[in-house]
Amino acid sequence: MNARALLSLALRNLLRNRRRSLATLLAMVVGLTAILLFGGYRANILYGMQTGFVQQSGHLQIQRRGYFLDGGDNPTAYGIADYRKIIAAIRSDNTLAPLVVEATPSLRLGGIAGNFTAGVSRSVMAIGLVPEESNRMLAWNDYDMVSYARPLPLAGAGADAVVIGSGLARKLQLCAVLAVPDCRQASAAGDAPATKNATDAGAPEDVLALSALEKAQQPPAAQNRIEMLAATAGGAPNVASLVVIEAKNMGIKAIDDLYMAMNLSQAQKLIYGAGVPAVTAIALQLHHTAQMPAARARLAALLESEFPDEPLELLDFQTLNPMYGQTDQFMGSMFGFIAMLIGVIVLFTIGNTMSTAVMERTTEIGTLRAIGLRRSGIRRLFMCEALLLGAIGSAAGLVCALGIAWLINHSGWTWTPPGYSYAYLILVRVGQNTPLLVGSIVGMIGVTMASAWWPARRAAKLEIVDALRHA
Amino acid sequence: MQPVSLRNVSKVYHLDAVEVAALNAVSLDIEAGRFTVISGPSGSGKTTLLNLIGCIDRPDRGEVVVAGQAVQAMTDDALSDFRARHIGFVFQNFNLLPVLSAYENIEYPLLLGKVAPAERRRRVRDLLDAVGLAERGDSRPGQLSGGQRQRVAIARALVHAPALVLADEPTANLDRQTGASIIALMHTLQQERGVSIVVSSHDPHVQAAADASVFIRDGLIVASKEEAAA
Repeated sequence: MNARALLSLALRNLLRNRRRSLATLLAMVVGLTAILLFGGYRANILYGMQTGFVQQSGHLQIQRRGYFLDGGDNPTAYGIADYRKIIAAIRSDNTLAPLVVEATPSLRLGGIAGNFTAGVSRSVMAIGLVPEESNRMLAWNDYDMVSYARPLPLAGAGADAVVIGSGLARKLQLCAVLAVPDCRQASAAGDAPATKNATDAGAPEDVLALSALEKAQQPPAAQNRIEMLAATAGGAPNVASLVVIEAKNMGIKAIDDLYMAMNLSQAQKLIYGAGVPAVTAIALQLHHTAQMPAARARLAALLESEFPDEPLELLDFQTLNPMYGQTDQFMGSMFGFIAMLIGVIVLFTIGNTMSTAVMERTTEIGTLRAIGLRRSGIRRLFMCEALLLGAIGSAAGLVCALGIAWLINHSGWTWTPPGYSYAYLILVRVGQNTPLLVGSIVGMIGVTMASAWWPARRAAKLEIVDALRHA
Repeated sequence: MQPVSLRNVSKVYHLDAVEVAALNAVSLDIEAGRFTVISGPSGSGKTTLLNLIGCIDRPDRGEVVVAGQAVQAMTDDALSDFRARHIGFVFQNFNLLPVLSAYENIEYPLLLGKVAPAERRRRVRDLLDAVGLAERGDSRPGQLSGGQRQRVAIARALVHAPALVLADEPTANLDRQTGASIIALMHTLQQERGVSIVVSSHDPHVQAAADASVFIRDGLIVASKEEAAA
């Protein structure tokens, strides 16, 4: 029996009991739609996270060995003094240069920032960077995500200009002067400076009025000037006077409350003074994440051959941002659980449908066998029906999922992930996610075939005389 | 060549703890080109005998030779292929595939035999004409009367030009007049095509049409009669 006749017969058998076939298809459509939508949602989250991390820290970072694990508290001990030579070597390397979007140095440091006009101070985690290069990295968007990254306005600003997180701005009482939207000033009970309150409380009214008058007469620049206290490489305290030119929402509250970005030269001046400046990392951003293995291999070889005496190590963005891997695992396990649950439901639904079909068509099976169809032909017929069910159900499920995904993507729905300080658009990436589409459809058809296998086998094993007697 | 030769064939069914001997050392030869009727009371073993001749069941003992070939040693696939080439079946309940048209039902054995499309068309048209359903080829079984369905079944049984056609109570679900016309049609086609037809029936009209009769009771052939060849 040729394939066309087999398919035609299988299709007609499916249409024989339309209501049952429709109910079976519906189970598949709902199942596949759920899998595709959740898979698309998961993909969007992971691509979004990856985009954010790659924009901030690049795909790969060169660090002095041990800095990532132990150097957070003492960046100066892990400085890379040869960073200019290393970056030059990367940019001139024939293999790496075409892969690399940007190679830029950065220096992380901790300190205390104080707004002494308001009498407040807070711990900060600062990063010194090359603004133009960092801004080019922020433009990376290989997955066409809705990007929340905005360029740092440090480029072209003065050497003492800094950008801080909106949470830090709130704590330093800079919301008003920086015109930070949705920034609730720190409350007197919680965050208001004790010194200021004490002073204001004890001062006579005429002094307070004079003070207020003097404050009003101060030039505007003074209101956003802060002091930054940090420890130099030698252990001595060093202070820099900085101008906060903008506060930006960093997304994650814990970062937002501590973040400060400044020019690399300013950060180096704070830490190294007149000494040899160094950096704590060189970030490499590639055109595509898929280029990481090649870039990594070449970079390792380059560092080994050109800088054999530097104890350097290469870290990828997954290692630098463990949250990415943790989220991937968490979402992956949820996806697997949902897919398994739906797979089992579909398995039993189709198995039940096929078993009923075998029972109803027992006499027909006996007839086909009597007139010469082999057992394998019977098996093939039922498997073909399952394949058609799987294919039709998958196609319908795909169309349904794409339709719902379109609706969600155009709904403007938002949500605030745990630990984040602003809401993200809820988006699902179904159509653009080929592995998800192929995997889900192949999986669904596979489940359909698996569920039909046992009934088909049972049909094929029927004895002809028993089957003919079934009527 | 004799289309069917059975030697000392026995078949026992096991119903729970009880053994029922459906056939007991039966020997039978069916001559070529005859319309043979097997008759006997219910439970006598007619259907079992027909099943063994039709190679859809295997004997416990004895030898079954159909179309010159001993069939009991054949594998299941070989038996399927053998039936597809040499045997046609007509069932009491017609057993047409409800999702196929009359034309497609008749064509089905030719698809199994991988007959070329043009040849399939020619043979199906020829048989639709022969059974008087040339205009009903597109009708589904559900759109046909009982007599018409049985005509389609007869055409299906003959389309691949088998050596032997077996019919199990082909008139049992038909009224007397329609049954008579079906038997007349079978008889005519048997004579035109030189095929051997074996019918199991206890319908006296069918028995009257027989070239040869076999009477079976309690799993034993108790009488056989050879009429003058038509």
